[in-house]
Amino acid sequence: MSGTWINLIFDITICLSLLIGAFFLISGSIGILRFPDVYTRLHAATKSSTLGVAGIMIGAFLFHYVEHDIVSGKLLLGIFFVLLTAPVSGHMISRAAYRAGVPLWEKSVKDEYAEVLKEEQKRQAPDS
Amino acid sequence: MPLQIVLNIIIAMMWMFLSETYNFTTFFVGYILGIILLFVLQRFIPDSFYMKRAWKFFLLILLFIRELVLSNIDIVKHVYKPKMDMQPGIFALPIDVKTNFEITLLANLISLTPGTLSVVVSEDHTKIFIHAMDMPDVQESVSEIKNSFEKRILEVTR
Repeated sequence: MSGTWINLIFDITICLSLLIGAFFLISGSIGILRFPDVYTRLHAATKSSTLGVAGIMIGAFLFHYVEHDIVSGKLLLGIFFVLLTAPVSGHMISRAAYRAGVPLWEKSVKDEYAEVLKEEQKRQAPDS
Repeated sequence: MPLQIVLNIIIAMMWMFLSETYNFTTFFVGYILGIILLFVLQRFIPDSFYMKRAWKFFLLILLFIRELVLSNIDIVKHVYKPKMDMQPGIFALPIDVKTNFEITLLANLISLTPGTLSVVVSEDHTKIFIHAMDMPDVQESVSEIKNSFEKRILEVTR
């Protein structure tokens, strides 16, 4: 590597992105423990895990690039797929939980899906 | 549009063979040359220049990332608040997008915006039911978010 300044800046960026990623992952985990019901917990799980994993992977990518001169496509693909799959899994888990009858937190203020689901089930009941 | 992408990739491969270095950098240089060629020759190739649409897609991704960062900050605020005083709830949001791909994209975007999580897409594909972390907070911003997202998605896919 040529200039020491550039190295220093890269090092700081790598450290920062790793730290930010780790911070978001930790707060996501604390959120999963603290929040009251499935749905609010899913908020914490889907959102903070995406940015956390992305931060750590960007850090690893920069590290490989600066130290070893490797452009690691695997890490970029990893970011891409985490971004793609986390919201989908959150959606599916919450949908499955709702249809399995997991109740909302008692302090929830509104539930517009309950009536729709009831009608749906009433419509399907005669068939089965 | 598929034809243009294939052409572009072929040009990039040709550039790679012509310069006889088979790595990603050369491919990338070739791809950019291909974009320039397609731009210059766009009168003779069917369909409009596909980078226009790619640019819009890029803007959509930027929006996605911005919302992701904002929502993370939001969630962290809720996590470290000593008192649990949010008011979660589920509300219905009518949507205008039609095809499966567009609905998937919109549901994912909604999941990653601050304080919202898409729970169910209704059976006739006209509504998305959204779980919100903090109802009073969200409902002000949600219509605006929804309008801008839907507009961007429709720009990309049609």
